[in-house]
Amino acid sequence: MSEAIAVYKQAEQGSSLWQDAWHRLQKNKLALCGLMVLILEIILALLTPWLAPYGYEQQDLALGAAPPSMEHWLGTDTLGRDMLTRIMYGGRVSLMVGFIATAVALLIGVVYGAVAGYMGGKVDALMMRLVDILYALPFMIFIILLMVIFGQNILLLFLAIGAVEWLTMARIVRGQVLSLRQQEYIEAAISIGLGPWTIIRRHIIPNTLGPVIVYTTLTIPSVMLLEAFLSFLGLGIQPPQSSWGLLISYGVETMEEYPWLLIYPGLKLSITLFALNFLGDGLRDALDPRASKD
Amino acid sequence: MLKFISGRLLQAIPVLFIVITATFFLIHSAPGGPFSADRAVPAQVIKALNARYHLDQPVWQQYLTYLGDLAQGDFGPSFKFPGRSVNEMIFGSLGTTAELGLYAMLVAVIIGVLAGVVAALKPNTAQDYVPMSVAMVGICMPSFLLGPLLVLVFGIYLEWLPISGWGDIPGDKILPAITLGASYAAYIARLSRGGMLEVMTQDYIRTARAKGLPEHIVIIKHALRGGLMPVIAFLGPAFAGLLAGSFVVETIFQIPGLGRFYVQAAFNRDYTMIMGTTIFFSVTIILFNLLSDILATWINPKLRHQSGGAES
Amino acid sequence: MMFKTQHGLLCLLLLILTACGSGESNVSKGNREGILHWGNAAEPQELDPHVVTGVPEHNIIMALIEGLVSKNPTTLEPIPAVAESWSVSEDGRVYTFNIRSTARWSNGDPLTAEDFAWSWRRALLPELGNQYAYMYYPIVNAEAFATGELQDFSQVGVKVISPLSLQVTLTHPTPFFLQLLDHYSMFPVHRATIEKFGQPGEANTLWTRAGNFVGNGPFMLEQWDLNKVVKVKKNPQYWDASTVRLNGIYFYPTENVTTEERMFRAEQLHYTYDVPIEKIAVYQREKPQQIKISPYLGTYFYRFNTRLKHLSDVRVRKALAMSIDRKSLVENVLKAGQLPAYTITPPNTLGYTASSQLRYDPAAARTLLAEAGYKDGEGFPVTEILYNTHEQHRKVAVAIQQMWKKELNINVRIHNQDWKVYLDSESSGNFQISRASWIGDYVDPNSFLDMWLTGGGNNRTGWSNKTFDYLIQNVAPSAKTKKQRYAAFQEAESILTDELPIIPIYTYVSKHLVHPSVKGLSSNILDTLYFKYMYLEPESEPRSAIKP
Repeated sequence: MSEAIAVYKQAEQGSSLWQDAWHRLQKNKLALCGLMVLILEIILALLTPWLAPYGYEQQDLALGAAPPSMEHWLGTDTLGRDMLTRIMYGGRVSLMVGFIATAVALLIGVVYGAVAGYMGGKVDALMMRLVDILYALPFMIFIILLMVIFGQNILLLFLAIGAVEWLTMARIVRGQVLSLRQQEYIEAAISIGLGPWTIIRRHIIPNTLGPVIVYTTLTIPSVMLLEAFLSFLGLGIQPPQSSWGLLISYGVETMEEYPWLLIYPGLKLSITLFALNFLGDGLRDALDPRASKD
Repeated sequence: MLKFISGRLLQAIPVLFIVITATFFLIHSAPGGPFSADRAVPAQVIKALNARYHLDQPVWQQYLTYLGDLAQGDFGPSFKFPGRSVNEMIFGSLGTTAELGLYAMLVAVIIGVLAGVVAALKPNTAQDYVPMSVAMVGICMPSFLLGPLLVLVFGIYLEWLPISGWGDIPGDKILPAITLGASYAAYIARLSRGGMLEVMTQDYIRTARAKGLPEHIVIIKHALRGGLMPVIAFLGPAFAGLLAGSFVVETIFQIPGLGRFYVQAAFNRDYTMIMGTTIFFSVTIILFNLLSDILATWINPKLRHQSGGAES
Repeated sequence: MMFKTQHGLLCLLLLILTACGSGESNVSKGNREGILHWGNAAEPQELDPHVVTGVPEHNIIMALIEGLVSKNPTTLEPIPAVAESWSVSEDGRVYTFNIRSTARWSNGDPLTAEDFAWSWRRALLPELGNQYAYMYYPIVNAEAFATGELQDFSQVGVKVISPLSLQVTLTHPTPFFLQLLDHYSMFPVHRATIEKFGQPGEANTLWTRAGNFVGNGPFMLEQWDLNKVVKVKKNPQYWDASTVRLNGIYFYPTENVTTEERMFRAEQLHYTYDVPIEKIAVYQREKPQQIKISPYLGTYFYRFNTRLKHLSDVRVRKALAMSIDRKSLVENVLKAGQLPAYTITPPNTLGYTASSQLRYDPAAARTLLAEAGYKDGEGFPVTEILYNTHEQHRKVAVAIQQMWKKELNINVRIHNQDWKVYLDSESSGNFQISRASWIGDYVDPNSFLDMWLTGGGNNRTGWSNKTFDYLIQNVAPSAKTKKQRYAAFQEAESILTDELPIIPIYTYVSKHLVHPSVKGLSSNILDTLYFKYMYLEPESEPRSAIKP
């Protein structure tokens, strides 16, 4: 018993984990750069209504798709709307959807996966079979029904995206937790009588952060593209509003004639994702419990 | 092991049953029937069509009839394509999609693992950043963008490869396989890099190195085994997802595969076809998840004791 | 050493890439073998002429089966086909067709008047569910038989006089009746084949599969690979086989219009079903001989739901209709030479052009809106344009949304739904303004006007006008001369233009990419294809780089 307490205490000291991680992150220049870029983008998105040179819906049909010029720095789309403005406004949608929907998926997925993995046995089997069922249901029908029952609403978008994206997250976390559960310090924590919730919250979840962060950085781009697909189907944002994903998918159609309609939104999305990725990698390294030994 | 497999297969039965039931009632509650059309369809025509497909019966009765047919392996006739049975359409196009999926997976695994391992060997150097950045681009690049790009470059401008078709002209399978495999390659690259990094710090690798084994032996014989664990876990669900997601690639490249039906059936309200493809893909998902769990246990015997209990 | 493996693989990949040349293109191979490679937009639902409804199916069936009467491929005048001649009674109600003795089914069986009578009976069987049964309704008692009120087909106005003579009796003189005979719903089917595979009233038998199919058209079904290709080859039994110059046609289900255009550029196709909007200008500039655009008998319009309070006010409907700059829309958004539409019936439909027309007049529109109580758009209720998910509909809706914002200062939302949900919303009246289109079944103003009858299945606007109904249902059918008939249509259409339950927006064009080697292809406003006249004449120069 006393040995168990000693093991537990030792593990408990890792609770300065967050401070350590922050120190380590500060040393990672690439990750810091990523963080800066993201903060800048968020500020830009917040200030867009005051900074944008035109209205996002303002069109000039006679102008049509014009290449970049002094009036329109990034050119105009086929309805003669300023691309810079549309990319800026699109960023508001994409960033919001990317972050919020991913956060929703993250929250549900991590908790669900952690509980399933930690409880194991029948509970785990039941919970994972539910995931299988949700995986298997036809997504298109689900979307169509959502639209019909609730009409068109941006909140539905989060719901629809969250509903798909948490599944994989839950799977990954569960796998991680299954192996963590065998570790000594968890057994120690159990033996000193800590409740399952406390253990999941204090030990399991922090230790799965590495893979979760990596997967999250992978999820954000797919969420942004999923948003474009759902908006195209009529769920989510409606024209004349736009998002990066939508701008890119329309840009693909005309990439030979009007390459700027694809390149600039594509570039913007790529920069954001790279920043996110570097930050994610940095965070992962910084949070790696083993790294503290070195 | 056998107990584990048979246990999982037994669990699959209620899963499938729930999927079938939920899907059946979901699709019958979606607005717009299979026969609604742009031009008003005369009442007597709707009546005749509804009678032909038993849509004039209460939904629960249709459901029981469907289950009965299903028990005999009959998915029923397609609503959209009146002369075809769903069995014929699924099994007729399954081979193509499976082949496409297999090639795409090969592309994904070969490129992904190579890039991931190369990157993990020298973390935080150019050798790491370059392949990982490419991987990042691969993840961001949706197939609806990559496909047309590849077609334009290799098909239209360079004229090296055919731009459409499947098995008609030599080489017409290359671009679709790459397009479908690319984003998975990127995921695999990231996963294998992460896995390798984790493993390379483990004691047994240090021991192997200390014994003076050449580096490539250490990597191939020892590190890869553990380092590719996350990849193996990913492969099962990925392959199933790849089959279901082949719609875009099949459309871009004019490939007569199953993915097109899966999406179109929903839009056409082709009830039986939605049911058929959904059941088919559920079975695939269940089987491949099981397969990837088995593979994981087989590669890493250490897991055998752990997961044996936890999985059952 | 990891790098070495990678290099090895790269070399291997390059080797594969370079080893696989594209080989001979479909077009040059097709030109050599007399095979036409055709972009056909979708997998055919079926090939049974009494079951199908879509254009892709229509195209294939036009190659496989032929009706009593065909049409001149350019003017669409009726010309002899299976019937070598016909006579019409003085009152215009009785048609007698003389079937040519050389008419044969593709298996060699003779084609007789009895075949037509049997086929038409089958087409009208209620249990078959033929959506185009209404094509027969000009015939005496056809409607009663199709709806099941009448069981005895001998009371329907179709009579076999002799093996090679068929008599048809109509309820009213119907000037467009001969045109209908060239619609696939009135095509003959081979009785023995259908009975071999099931009942006449069964729609899902195997008789249409390659190997089973028996037709009477210039081509016969050779191969049908699901979602891949439908191949037809020349039918030696066809009565006019000497005219047919193609050896075969391959129809591809080219669902994606962008893919289709790339296939055309890579010379995989001779002919495309459609052209992406942004490619039109490119082809017109760089390869004008390869793009074919012609007027099409169809109107793109918006429906008003006149059951709603604010849209029941004709001034509001007029204001909305008059503030759309159609010219700018077709020139800058649609870009294919579509015509701005100011009436529902396309101009010059068989010599008919509506005399009362809408105007584009934003100033008058503002006045009307103010009169309706929404001065400067103030207090205008939230209104929504509904469209089915499609890139082009979205563009049009966005453009119109801004025009209304600019001219009338009203905010309109736009909303898309998937096709089936959209149809459901529209037919159940669950919309405010909805996108719609109508393609003429036959060339006659009636095809665009009779849909607006009170409670008509295609009306869907809730609009009703007794005078209009009377003109269409009584005055026009009983008109003695074409002039009287058209006068009735003019009057009816002027009511429509005054009341505006719909906003006409533009008149369609058909647009295709056609390889220069395709000859004998004529255009008509129905975009109907007559493959028997087409042939391939390769240019002397070898394959040139086609890179618009």
